[in-house]
Amino acid sequence: MPDGMLELAGIDAFYGRIQALRNVSLNISAGEIVSLIGANGAGKTTLLMTVCGDPRATTGKILFDGRDITNTPMHEIARAGIAHSPEGRRIFPRMTVQENLLMGSVANPESNQAEAFERIFDLFPRLKERRGQRGGTLSGGEQQMLAIGRALMSNPKLLLLDEPSLGLAPMIVAQIFEAIKRLNEQEGMTVFLVEQNAYHALRLAHRGLVMVNGAITLTGTGKVLLGNAEVQEAYLEGAVKKVADA
Amino acid sequence: MATQRQDWFATLKESAITAAVAGVLMLPMIGLYTSTRAGGLAVGTRWIELAAGVFLVFLGRLALIRIQNGDRLAPILGGLLVIATGFYLPLPNGLLTVCCIAGGAIIVLRSVFVWGNSQLQASANQNDNPTIAARVQPFLKKYGPWIGAAVIAFAIAFPWLPFADRRLIDLATLVLIYVMLGWGLNIVVGLAGLLDLGYVAFYAIGAYSFALLSSNYDLSFWACLPVAAMLAAFLGILLGFPVLRLRGDYLAIVTLGFGEMIRIILINWVEFTKGPDGISGIPKPTLFGLSFSRRPSEGTESFHQFFDIPYASVDRIIFLFYVALGLALLTNAFILRIRKLPIGRAWEALREDEIACRSLGLNPTNVKLSAFALGAMFGGLAGAVFAARQSFISPESFTFIESAIILAVVVLGGMGSQVGVAIAAILLIGLPEWFRELQDYRMLAFGALMVAIMVWRPKGILSFREPTLRLHEPDGKVGK
Repeated sequence: MPDGMLELAGIDAFYGRIQALRNVSLNISAGEIVSLIGANGAGKTTLLMTVCGDPRATTGKILFDGRDITNTPMHEIARAGIAHSPEGRRIFPRMTVQENLLMGSVANPESNQAEAFERIFDLFPRLKERRGQRGGTLSGGEQQMLAIGRALMSNPKLLLLDEPSLGLAPMIVAQIFEAIKRLNEQEGMTVFLVEQNAYHALRLAHRGLVMVNGAITLTGTGKVLLGNAEVQEAYLEGAVKKVADA
Repeated sequence: MATQRQDWFATLKESAITAAVAGVLMLPMIGLYTSTRAGGLAVGTRWIELAAGVFLVFLGRLALIRIQNGDRLAPILGGLLVIATGFYLPLPNGLLTVCCIAGGAIIVLRSVFVWGNSQLQASANQNDNPTIAARVQPFLKKYGPWIGAAVIAFAIAFPWLPFADRRLIDLATLVLIYVMLGWGLNIVVGLAGLLDLGYVAFYAIGAYSFALLSSNYDLSFWACLPVAAMLAAFLGILLGFPVLRLRGDYLAIVTLGFGEMIRIILINWVEFTKGPDGISGIPKPTLFGLSFSRRPSEGTESFHQFFDIPYASVDRIIFLFYVALGLALLTNAFILRIRKLPIGRAWEALREDEIACRSLGLNPTNVKLSAFALGAMFGGLAGAVFAARQSFISPESFTFIESAIILAVVVLGGMGSQVGVAIAAILLIGLPEWFRELQDYRMLAFGALMVAIMVWRPKGILSFREPTLRLHEPDGKVGK
């Protein structure tokens, strides 16, 4: 595998005086799916946001494609090729699906929009059906597809997904994860996934990370973490049986 | 039987309470009035009018409750009776006649079309009244361009229509100025979602730019127009910078302060702006150098001489109307176009969700500043036309109430809707003039109108948001 696409070295980040990230280091290679799991308030979302530049890392370094982006302005980070599908989807409710998607191509004005549309509609055919509809009238699953599609419009090198399964029915979650897998396998998209749904996230991932209280405590391949007793105890209670069956 | 009696009792009780509340409200407004007597003001009373008003409210409430309970015939008859009373009985006050007729008409209308409470609530709850939007939309899609062309044709023909007199054309010019202001503010408030309570500042800048440039340097209206627009836009950016991080209420307060600052500077910088005395003798716009005065100054020719027609003072007013119309159409074309460009979409996206915008690589600073600058630019244009129309401006024309009225135009029209804003400007600026016959009650009628719009169209007159791109059917290709 080529060198790390995204490298975090010794990151600390604060909300006011509260430390949200403690000495976080990680490395994501091109073509990988890496899942970060952890409890509510562990700092998972903060880690993604810090990669995007808000809040800033107070110590440590963030390298993307060998370039130091620790203090790069937020909009330039997006232009460098990191697309972020934020927590809670945050689509533009009064704008149509097409308009929402178009907003995604802001970060990469040179990208071929027609091609990008085609690619996203291929990945999420539902969005094509709904493309003239206003974002706010979509179902939760469709909104999540839209948020991912919007992030993909800029043809990014790295896709950051923040809790794509949030509030969705299990069947829809499976669909979304299937799409992420396809994206990775067919296009080689690098994905950094943050999830509470540990079972799905770890099954999908090449590698997994566990975050507790703002620090990464465990790393390993998805399979190994799924089998790890601690992880099962803390995050997989409901799913343990399924793992055993699988 | 007993329940029916109880029912009636409750109805009467509620009507009585409503009447009592109305009585308390009307006591100072209708029951008392001041008049000049020798030696100062005296307070007079109008008990009969007050009693009649309270009685009318009682009847109205009673009828409304009966309508709600499914009773139709009695309220219709009652409403007709009240209308007849208004028409045939010599009431002590002209306003009372109007109230009788209007109130009776409302009761009759309501009983004919039972606007059920549930329906009202449903339309209030839904985001942008899809029922109405759904009905209006296909119609607009089909005939929209024709309606637009018809409205523009009407506006162009307006000064030559038989009922258009000098006063009406002048009023239409004022309405057009407010349409322009509304559209300009609509960029900031409606599209970008930044609540600006100090928009009048840009209006003032435009007006004073033109007034000062023309009186100090003898520049013509057409030379000053772009300068006024540019200065206003520059000030928009200047205001934009410090408030970039603010949103919502905080932004509103700061912009409010900015509007006041400009006004106070205009009052106090006497050597430059002539302070509260204002600037008079502002020249009128010319038609390619042809002025509209009866006797043009040495070396220039005037409109009537050039075309060899008799002098008519109304020509000047008609010309100014066309100038305002042209600029308003230009504004509209510009905004319709820019909405479909990435920058226009970025404004709307910023209104919807700033965090999402940032994570998508949008620079909110540029987006906000461009919205402030362009909004201010149109305010400046409108200000220049206003100065030309008035020939005289002073800081008094640019008080906070102006900002409030412009904002009301935008909010009542439906934020983001061009047509809605135009309709609201006609209603808000035009109607108070037509209400002149109500004299002192003009503002009361104006307030009632605003309340009515907010009750029935809580998101504005036209709240449907037109998508910036259309589907290209049926091949499924996505249009840009």
